[in-house]
Amino acid sequence: MVRIIGFLVGLGFAGVLLISLVVNLVAYVQSPPGATAEHEYHRHPKELALKSDGPFGKFDEQQLQRGFQVYKEVCAGCHSLTQVSFRDLHKLGYNEAEVKAIANQWSTEVPSVNPETGEPATRKAIPSDKFPSPYANETAARSANNNALPPDLSLMAKAREGGPAYIYSILTGYQNQPKELVEKFPGAKTPQQLHYNPYFANLNIAMPPPLTADGQVTYAEGNPAPTVDQMAQDVAAFLMWTAEPNLQGRHKSGVAVLFFLIIATVFGFLSYRNIWAEAKRKVAPKGAPQPETKAKRTRSAKKAGIAG
Amino acid sequence: MSFAWAKPYEPKTELGRWIDDRLPLPRLVYNAVGGGYPVPRNLNYGWNFGVLSGIFLTIQIITGIGLAMWYYSSADGAFNSIEHIMRDVNGGWMMRYAHSNGASFFFIVVYIHIFRGLFYGSYKAPREMVWMLGLVIYLLMMATAFMGYVLPWGQMSYWGAQVITGFFSAFPLVGEPIRVWLLGGYAPDQAALTRFFSLHYLLPFVIAGVVILHIWSLHIPGSSNPTGVEVKNEKDTLPFHPFYTAKDGWFAGLFLTLYAAVVFFGPNALGHPDNYIPANPLATPAHIVPEWYFWPFYAILRAFTVDFILPAKLWGVLAMFASILLLFFLPWLDKSPVRSGHYRPVFKRFFWLLIIDVAILGYCGGSPAEPLYVALSQIAAAYYFAHFLIVLPLVSKFERPLPLPNSISESVLHGEAGEAAPAGLAPAAAQ
Repeated sequence: MVRIIGFLVGLGFAGVLLISLVVNLVAYVQSPPGATAEHEYHRHPKELALKSDGPFGKFDEQQLQRGFQVYKEVCAGCHSLTQVSFRDLHKLGYNEAEVKAIANQWSTEVPSVNPETGEPATRKAIPSDKFPSPYANETAARSANNNALPPDLSLMAKAREGGPAYIYSILTGYQNQPKELVEKFPGAKTPQQLHYNPYFANLNIAMPPPLTADGQVTYAEGNPAPTVDQMAQDVAAFLMWTAEPNLQGRHKSGVAVLFFLIIATVFGFLSYRNIWAEAKRKVAPKGAPQPETKAKRTRSAKKAGIAG
Repeated sequence: MSFAWAKPYEPKTELGRWIDDRLPLPRLVYNAVGGGYPVPRNLNYGWNFGVLSGIFLTIQIITGIGLAMWYYSSADGAFNSIEHIMRDVNGGWMMRYAHSNGASFFFIVVYIHIFRGLFYGSYKAPREMVWMLGLVIYLLMMATAFMGYVLPWGQMSYWGAQVITGFFSAFPLVGEPIRVWLLGGYAPDQAALTRFFSLHYLLPFVIAGVVILHIWSLHIPGSSNPTGVEVKNEKDTLPFHPFYTAKDGWFAGLFLTLYAAVVFFGPNALGHPDNYIPANPLATPAHIVPEWYFWPFYAILRAFTVDFILPAKLWGVLAMFASILLLFFLPWLDKSPVRSGHYRPVFKRFFWLLIIDVAILGYCGGSPAEPLYVALSQIAAAYYFAHFLIVLPLVSKFERPLPLPNSISESVLHGEAGEAAPAGLAPAAAQ
C-alpha cells in the first residue's frame, strides 16, 4: 500500500516537474532572455594583495594609519563608521594622547544633551565614543546626497563579494561610459548625477569619484607617494581592519589551535593503531595468519612503535 | 543490552558500588558507550559520523550558551549586539565563528551520516525506529538552523525569514493567517525575532532528548555494519570501549582540525556577505539564498514553475516538505532483504546517481533562478522523487543481489586489508 501511494505521489511530482521543464524550455527558446548591460559590462574586483591576507596574515600598521588618514580626510565627510570606537585606534599604533587628540578634533561632534537646559546639543568626542555619523539621520544623509544613502563603512570589507579588493576596485574603477555600451543598450546610459563604474553591481554608482588626484591626502615622511592607487589600497586595508579588527589574533590563535589538534590527532591515531593491532591479533581465527597479512601487521606495529 | 556476551558492568571501587546501588548512571554509560556495548568489528569510517554529530551538537550548545549571554534579541539591537560580541567581548569572535561554522559542520557530518545509512540500508528492519528518530532530529536541526540564521538580523536573515515563513501562505485560506500567527505580525519584526530566539535556545535541548531516544533504539538491535549481515556471535563484535572510542577519538581529532582551519582561517567562507548588512525591510537583496545546507530543498521549491491544477508555489512547498517526509517511508519503500549496497549492484548505481543528483540540486539552489538553472533543477528534482518513490521499490523487487558472506568475522578475515571487507572480496568468500 505504501508503495502504491508512493508510486503515485512520485509520478505526480515528477510529472508536474517535467511539465514545468517543458514549459520553461519552450519559453526559453521562444524568447531567450536578452543580454543586459550589467551582464556584459560588470567586472569582478581587481586583484589586491594585502599583508593581512592568508593564514599568517598580519596588519601593516603603517598602511592602516595611512588608510585611516584617507578615511578621515576623504570618506568621513559622508560615510559613518558606527561600529568602531576612537579607542580602537590604539591598535593602529596611536598612543593615548594621539587618540584623545583625534577624538577631540573630529570633524563631527557627538550628540548630547545640554546639562542646563536639557535641550539637544553636541559635545566633543572622547576615546570611548564610537565614530559619530556625519549626518544626524538617514533623511539628512539622503537630502545632502541627491537621495542616495552613503552606507556605513564599518563592515564594508565583509559585506561585499571580494571584500577589500571590491573597495579598492570601486575607488579606482571610475571611467567614462564606453560608447559601445550606450550604442548597444541605449536604456543603460548613465543617468545624470550617477557615475559609471564597472565594478558596481548595476554599473552606475551615486558616489562621485572620491579619490581624484594624486597627492589629495598628504602622507607623513617615510610613506609611499599618495597616488590614487596607493590611497585606494590603504583605505581598503583600513576598512579590512574595521571589519575584522581581531583578524591578527584570530590567525595567531588559529596556528596554536591547529598545532595542538594535529598533535592530538596524531597521538590519537597511533593509540588507535595500537589498540586495534592487538585486537586483530587476538581475534585471528586458528592457524598462522596469511603471509601477506603478517607482513602488514609487522609494518603497522613498527609504525605504531610497538614491537611486533 | 543487545547481546548475551556483552560485558556486565562491575564497579571497581566501594564508592562505585555505592553509587551503582543508588543511581546506576555509570552502568548506563558503560552499557551505552563503554565496554558493555558490543559493536560489529568491521565498521568503516562511515560509522564515525554519528559520534561526530554528537560532538558538533555539543559544540553548538556550548558556544550558543556563551553567545546568548551577550546577544540582544531586539530588531534595533540584534545586529549591533553581534558586532559587540565580535569586537569587544573577550573571545567573542571565536565563540561566534565557532557557532556559525559549527552549524555548517554539524550539517556536513549529519549529511554523511544520513547517506551512509542510505547506502548500507541502515533504515531497514529492525532499525526503522532508529532511522525515523534520526529524521526527526534532522527536521529539528533544520528548524533550529533556520531560526539561528535569523538572529543576527542581517539582510539575509531578514529576507530568509520572509521567504521561508512565506511558504505557509502558499496554502489556501488557512495559510496566510497561520503565517501571520507564526510571525506575530505581517512581516518579520520584533515579535518574530524574539520568539525565534526563544525557540532557537529551546530546540537544541529537544534535539539532545531525541538523540537519546535515537541511541536507545539503536542499542536494541545493535549497530549495523558494512556487510549488512547481522551479528551472529561474539567473534563478530568488539566492545565499544576501547576499540571504537579510540577510532572515534582520532577521527574526531581529524575532523575538528578541519573545522578549526575554517573557523580560524576562513570563517566567512561558508556565509553570505549580505548578512553583514543590517536588515532593511525596504531593500530586497538581488539574490535571496538560504545557507548552503538548504540549497537542495530550495532548488526543489523553485523547480515548480507551472500552475498545474494547484498554484506553482503550493506545488513547490508541498514537494519540499514531501522530499523529506518521504524518507520516513523508506523502510517500506525499499523491500530488498539485503541491507548493504555492496551486495546490490543495481541499487549501488542508483545510489551514486542520487548523490550526484543531490549535488546538482544543491548547486542549482545556490544559483540565481535563471531559466537554465531552473531547468537543471527540474530534471534533478524529478529524479529525486523518482529515485525514492519509483526506482527504489522497483529495484528492490527485480534486483538479484550478490551472495552475502556467512558472517561478519568471515568477511573480515578474508579482507584484512582494511577494517571493512572490500566489496569484491567478501561475496567471493561466501561461495
